[in-house]
Amino acid sequence: MSAIDLNGRKMPPVAWCSSAALVLVIVGGIDLASYAPRHAPLAFPTALLVAAALFTLASLVLLSRVSDFGWSTFRTVFRWALLAYVIVAGMIEFAFVIDHVRGPSLLVVTMMLMIFAFSVPMNIAYTTARFAEKD
Amino acid sequence: MRDDVATLPRPSSESPVRRIQVVPLAGLPFVAVALIFVALAVGFNWRWGLMFSHVVGGGLWTGIDLFVGFVIGPILGRLSIPARAEFSARFMPMMVIIMPTVVTMTLAAGFQVARMVGNLAPSSPNHAWLIVSFCVVGVLAAVALAILEPANIAVLFEMNKPVPNGERIHKLMQRFIYTAGVTGVMQVATLVIMTRLSSR
Repeated sequence: MSAIDLNGRKMPPVAWCSSAALVLVIVGGIDLASYAPRHAPLAFPTALLVAAALFTLASLVLLSRVSDFGWSTFRTVFRWALLAYVIVAGMIEFAFVIDHVRGPSLLVVTMMLMIFAFSVPMNIAYTTARFAEKD
Repeated sequence: MRDDVATLPRPSSESPVRRIQVVPLAGLPFVAVALIFVALAVGFNWRWGLMFSHVVGGGLWTGIDLFVGFVIGPILGRLSIPARAEFSARFMPMMVIIMPTVVTMTLAAGFQVARMVGNLAPSSPNHAWLIVSFCVVGVLAAVALAILEPANIAVLFEMNKPVPNGERIHKLMQRFIYTAGVTGVMQVATLVIMTRLSSR
């Protein structure tokens, strides 16, 4: 599946992949939170995490193959958005640590938050840069 | 409408273009204060601080979403193109910092409030409602982070170009129209769930 640029150019579905990763970690987060304060079974959220990681990887591979792209705009937007969403993810992680989430559960939460903090800036930066001046 | 939007005011030598600040830097200290307040409330298990952050953040989130979607949006649609562009250039950067802040306040504090008052416990009569509220928030987050925020930033960058592409802005702004219904339903559901939770 490819996205159509508003210039009519076919673009790889980078935003679709990062959005899919985001949706998967949101579902995983809801599943984990629904068990709190008990320990959640980790099979389902781990499966979602793996799928989200694969979508994130796919978005990176697809992005690396894009030519004729506004890379400077992408870098600028991605950097600042990453800073913002690392802070947001850090606050969520902090709340889980305060709530005594430890061990494998904390590991799954942390990795989900890493994907969250990466996929949102990726989506924002890609959407912005594909309409920007090409480098 | 597309033709109208495509005729966004173009810069000329007589009218220098005012550059839009995508992230209003003057607002960042307020964001920092709000986030530090929430972090302290979470860290110290500060009941009033958590309740304050959750109620204020949640009230603003729901109120702004419904007000923008169902009051500001339709009014904006009836304004002249230059007025619409002028309003959006001032309004959208504000949303870039306000919405993530109120959402973070609401969710970080809300989870702690639920744990503190016992609603997270499976034996709680409110537990099922709480899970439904997680799902509602999940839908809102997916719509906001995957669809709306990228469009918001892309529109602001487009408006900062020497010659903005009106059709491109129009197409990106359509995302707000398409998702207004979903966001509205989810926010009304949030109001129902939260008022039920607090009345039991």
